[in-house]
Amino acid sequence: MSDDRPPTPDERATPEGGIRDPTRRRPPRLGAIGWLAVGVLVFWFVVALFGPAAAPYEESDIVTQTSFGSPGEEGLLGSDYLGRDVASRVVYGARMTLGLALTACVLAFACGVTLGFVAASLGGRVDEALSRINDAFLAFPSIMLALICISALGTSLTILVLTVSFIEATRVFRIARALCMNVFVQDFVEVSRARGESVWWIMGNDILPNTLIALSTDFGLRFTYSILLVSSISFLGLGVQPPHADWGMMVRENLGGVHFGATAALIPALAIFSVTLSINFLVDWNLSRSDIDIPDELIR
Amino acid sequence: MFALIVRRLVLGVLTLFVVSILVFAGTEILPGDVAEAVLGQGATEETVAAIRRDLGLDRPAPVRYFEWLAGLFTGNLGESLATGREISNIIGIRLPSTLLLGGATAAIAVPLALVLGLFAAMHPSTLYDRGITIGTLWLISGPEFLIATLLVMLFAVELRWLPAVAYLSDDATLSQAFRALALPVMTLTFAVLAPMTRMTRAAVLSVLSSPAVEMALLKGVPRWRIIVRHALPNAIAPIANVIAINLAYLVSGVVVVEVLFSYPGMAKLMVDGVAVRDIPTVQTCAMIFCAAYVGLNLLADLSSIVSNPRLRHPK
Repeated sequence: MSDDRPPTPDERATPEGGIRDPTRRRPPRLGAIGWLAVGVLVFWFVVALFGPAAAPYEESDIVTQTSFGSPGEEGLLGSDYLGRDVASRVVYGARMTLGLALTACVLAFACGVTLGFVAASLGGRVDEALSRINDAFLAFPSIMLALICISALGTSLTILVLTVSFIEATRVFRIARALCMNVFVQDFVEVSRARGESVWWIMGNDILPNTLIALSTDFGLRFTYSILLVSSISFLGLGVQPPHADWGMMVRENLGGVHFGATAALIPALAIFSVTLSINFLVDWNLSRSDIDIPDELIR
Repeated sequence: MFALIVRRLVLGVLTLFVVSILVFAGTEILPGDVAEAVLGQGATEETVAAIRRDLGLDRPAPVRYFEWLAGLFTGNLGESLATGREISNIIGIRLPSTLLLGGATAAIAVPLALVLGLFAAMHPSTLYDRGITIGTLWLISGPEFLIATLLVMLFAVELRWLPAVAYLSDDATLSQAFRALALPVMTLTFAVLAPMTRMTRAAVLSVLSSPAVEMALLKGVPRWRIIVRHALPNAIAPIANVIAINLAYLVSGVVVVEVLFSYPGMAKLMVDGVAVRDIPTVQTCAMIFCAAYVGLNLLADLSSIVSNPRLRHPK
């Protein structure tokens, strides 16, 4: 929808590839904070994979009569508004929230990158049609698109994942198409075409390897937006439904406790924050290391 | 330039038209129509058919679409399925509340972000600049409900300065309204401040690294003069763009914040509508939010056309 806009410097940036500039400053090292970020992510993925087997209680077990029991007294992290163990629910919520967001993100990339590459490689009417349809969906704020889909289709886990992946796919399409365009005009692609390779071969062997770094950086960003979107929808009461645990929903159901200082709502919110902050830090580091830029407006 | 602006305006109107089709199609044609939603699981076929006739749902979708579109322009929006009240009446009460929330946030966040971003760009790599970069990264990563929860814990629970629920009665005094709005506005401000500051900093930095500024520096032009005469005029375009884009972000932020503080605005109305599948209410709210979003994005594009001399005077 903004084709008339002059290109910003970021949009002109080409993906990494070719000869390295010897005068370029040395890439910054990951450092202690970076390793901490990696550690946080590894921790949550281990928790999501194996945690539920090791958690002291089931996600819906009511273990105490005390609502909003303080951490240390009622279980490790206290109890929630129904007297369920917050620590166990955070562990189950890790699997739910991260699992849903990751599934949605992988689906979004599978569709978005394929269609984006197809649009950029084939060009012409195919590109025109796909881009215009995509533009129409980009005219919606993502949370509005989610609310409209859910009001039509109802609430279920499948619909939640499909809605989030659909929304993210429209954003992925745009960046995949732009990246593919940049590579497609280069000489080695022309050589491949002259050699008689098919469009699919070129996409897999020329374009994908040369856009992989930029795409993987974008995957990190998309994953954080997926987490935020999934948990926001659940926070609004329209995503994951009780008695399942989701970090966004846990904030919603324990919000009442905030008024008298209970931490049950704060803990899942901090869990989300620790994941998104770690990913954002690593993405920032990766950007400064590899000299590629993601257009600002695609962020968020 | 004129032709360019007209083309962009036409494109904006076209976008809104397509958005309205998608909103209508998304909420009406997909499985389960309004009649079934009203009556629930136990409805007999006769009652469903009767409700359909009452609501005019037995007529073809394109006809209903154009009636709905005409209704949007004339303010005849039909009745809410959940409460039976006229939607235009409800919107008339809810829309000003949301505009107040958004307007107050913009009035605080925009100047603050500009000053913070400008200072960071003018002193790159200093302690202040690094603080801004890291601080905004933290803020961007935090979901709105984390920011809100922390603010409530600090200001409503620990210090007991502000109410945790933003309830606005009709006869609220100015100071009551101010206290009720303080926490939601603060949350939203933090949410838009970070991306706006980052983008302002990036925009000014890219202008400051241009050959023209280097030339001025070599000529011995004083630093403040470089900023005022060389950098700022060139940075207005990207900054105006940044402001409009970030005000469009407000549309998303307001949804979570209104629900969190039980603030009686449009977003709360829409989320409640989605939960009970009150389709007419959802359609109207979605259309108003999307119109605001499309309009602000249009403003972003227009401001970059108007403030770019190359686009203003095409060769």
